[in-house]
Amino acid sequence: MAIDFLYPLYEVIRNPQRCICCRACERQCANEVHHYDVDFGCMMSDESKCVACHRCVSLCPTRALKIVKTDHTFKENDNWTGKAISEVYRQAGTGGVLLSSMGNPEPYPIYWDKLLINASQVTNPSIDPLREPMETRTTLGAKPQTTERGEDGSLVCSMPPQLTLNIPVMFSAMSYGSISYNAHASLARAATALGTYYNTGEGGLHQDFYQYGPNTIVQVASGRFGVHTDYLNAGAAVEIKMGQGAKPGIGGHLPGIKVGADISRTRMIPEGTDAISPAPHHDIYSIEDLRQLVYSIKEATHYKKPVIVKIAAVHNVAAIASGIARSGADIIAIDGFRGGTGAAPTRIRDNVGIPIELALAAVDQRLREEGIRDRVSIVIGGSIRNSADLVKAIALGADAVYIATSALLALGCHLCRSCQTGKCNWGIATQRPELVKRLNPDIGEKRLINLLTSWDHELKEMMGGMGINSIEALRGNRLMLRGIGLTQKELDILGVKHAGE
Amino acid sequence: MLKEGQVHIPSGCAISSIFSRSGRAVGGGQIIRSIAPMHDRSNGLGGGFAGYGIYPQYADYYAFHLFYDTMAARTACERYLEESFDIVSFEKMPTRRIPAITNEPMIWRYFLSPRKTALDESQLDEKEFIVRRVLHVNAEIEGAYVFSSGKNMGVFKAVGFPEDVGEFYRLDEYAGYCWTAHGRYPTNTPGWWGGAHPFALLDYTVVHNGEISSYDANRRFIQMFGYACTLQTDTEAITYIIDYLVRKRGLTLEETAGVIAAPFWSTIEAMPEPQRSRAAYLRNAFSSLLINGPFSILVGFEGGLMALNDRLKLRSMVVGEKDDMVYIASEECAIRIIEPELDRVWSPGGGQPVIVTLDKLKEGGNA
Repeated sequence: MAIDFLYPLYEVIRNPQRCICCRACERQCANEVHHYDVDFGCMMSDESKCVACHRCVSLCPTRALKIVKTDHTFKENDNWTGKAISEVYRQAGTGGVLLSSMGNPEPYPIYWDKLLINASQVTNPSIDPLREPMETRTTLGAKPQTTERGEDGSLVCSMPPQLTLNIPVMFSAMSYGSISYNAHASLARAATALGTYYNTGEGGLHQDFYQYGPNTIVQVASGRFGVHTDYLNAGAAVEIKMGQGAKPGIGGHLPGIKVGADISRTRMIPEGTDAISPAPHHDIYSIEDLRQLVYSIKEATHYKKPVIVKIAAVHNVAAIASGIARSGADIIAIDGFRGGTGAAPTRIRDNVGIPIELALAAVDQRLREEGIRDRVSIVIGGSIRNSADLVKAIALGADAVYIATSALLALGCHLCRSCQTGKCNWGIATQRPELVKRLNPDIGEKRLINLLTSWDHELKEMMGGMGINSIEALRGNRLMLRGIGLTQKELDILGVKHAGE
Repeated sequence: MLKEGQVHIPSGCAISSIFSRSGRAVGGGQIIRSIAPMHDRSNGLGGGFAGYGIYPQYADYYAFHLFYDTMAARTACERYLEESFDIVSFEKMPTRRIPAITNEPMIWRYFLSPRKTALDESQLDEKEFIVRRVLHVNAEIEGAYVFSSGKNMGVFKAVGFPEDVGEFYRLDEYAGYCWTAHGRYPTNTPGWWGGAHPFALLDYTVVHNGEISSYDANRRFIQMFGYACTLQTDTEAITYIIDYLVRKRGLTLEETAGVIAAPFWSTIEAMPEPQRSRAAYLRNAFSSLLINGPFSILVGFEGGLMALNDRLKLRSMVVGEKDDMVYIASEECAIRIIEPELDRVWSPGGGQPVIVTLDKLKEGGNA
């Protein structure tokens, strides 16, 4: 129907003087935007199919292409924006739930950008990381609550199971299925080379990747896809996924088009079926049930692996985290509302949950007030974009961070937010073999290592500037932060002073 | 302008100490002579001393030294103390009026014995009982501040240069087996008497030269265990950390040094077993109590003294020995002026604790 027609958001601009009709763009675009018109002897494009992933732009040998935002517009209206109007048309036409991918793109405050970092002047020296040791190694897990001594008086040096990270950054959960074999291979190898961890997500662990077990966190989510004893014991830690920042309150979504033979085997589900995880874990209806699952997993892994409980940042996150800290979990992972996803209902992605900065500050403070902060480590995710976000997260109280969107960007993702279609031209969020092979895991591994190595350098520079040479002395060190342009209430929640104070 | 206690104040400093292993009583005049040559390391905004073995006649009683801003504070505090203690003796602190020391608060001294009924009711061990009372007065009673609370030892501190502070408190009239001293160089405050060093809790006293960059990480961690950091100074936090690790977690002072000035991971990995496991355990189990940034501290305790530098040794500290005497100071001049002929002079490495104890005590010093 005519009323369902929506003018494409982005236009493909082709410079005909540069185009040599090599048809590379046509071959590269899984969305079939480009085609060669034999009659006119030139390339044509159907921008209605374009997702603005820039694959064609990046590979055009003559730089003949660019993607621009259309200037076509509805009559301007601050309330009924073009987006709002279009969404009504789409839903009126289909009767369906709107789906989106990746993190919340709406213009909510980004608190990382309203925090500033301190540096030493005069009264204590800054430390030069090029000439002095600078330690960014961190250890996650519960700390002993009592001191034990042997009969000869020597310290009994036994610790609960721990994860040791050479850099306080891990790759967050992304399932095999939502992303490709080659993307997983890149993450697993990079985590191993860097001395950190990647997370399987809820899709099980491909047999080929058991070899990276010492640097793998295996996830148990409400769908329990691919969960069995060998899987639980394959990794260095087990993560129970209670929630995800992109879609708090609901389970995972993997469209059936992405469930091929390999995914089917790994997930232990039939080929071609949608993998929709239940919203809750059906064996966890309250905190005491969570405790039972934590200890079931500890039993299954012989108390040798830390258990992580991952939750989405929601309104009463501090109280929830306090409950989790008392449930036997060794690590709490909190995912903010900017966190990515392979598929989520748009309304939920854009309206449910809270910023990770506020959630982290509230949880860290609450656990301290209850005197249980050292019973658990805190890992946060949900849009850590660079090393400055990382420094601020640790100073607010995180032990380490999870990154996923940044990692995918390093692999070539251009944030076109169309993962759910399974047609990722960059070979990341797809299972089509001809697309998957576009991501070379050797290059992917190298780029991930580069990214975190550069962040580590920057982290060390900023720590040195503050006169800190050990990451644990930065953790929760909120005097190293000042707010800028924040209200007193926001400052109170973040537990920081305003710049100039 | 915010006063000390309302804002975190960085400062630089001078420290000095004298220790007689044989337990010989050294006059307080000696420590004043020692700290005086380092005059330029402080700026007149804080000086103080701790003496051990100075109250032999009251050795079994807790000696509380208090600053009061008002009579009302004194009345409230004494009423509070009477609930928990038998006050064996109390007096106005003997001082000498000198022009260099002004604006003094009321300074009082009490010798206390915990009331058995109050102690039993609290269901706490005696030391914890004392600590809770001290922290209560400092956090809850406006205008009252306990700055010394151990047995047979005492802290004397004020706003002023240390040599003037020593004269003001008539330290030449005391004698003890151990003395520590401090001259303060705070950077942005008029200074407050309570903010001068040493900081003390029970028989532990800390004098500190440095500014710790890990302050808020340390403070927010130690506050979990009931230590209200009311003064917002590094040294207060260090005092509480030592009390927590030694008294509550049962670590030795050497182990405590392995926490607060933990070796680098690369150093730990190069250690032979079992030192390696022990060092890794201490660093890992108490990671939030690693003190980062420049410091040299002297920790006095009953029967002993520990000196410790940060692990990069960003502050100077020298040890001198002569017969049974051990001298530790920021600068060698502070030692040479009272003992020109030394058997041995050396600088301890970063993170290497120097622990001296009375000969009559066995090693370990955790008496």
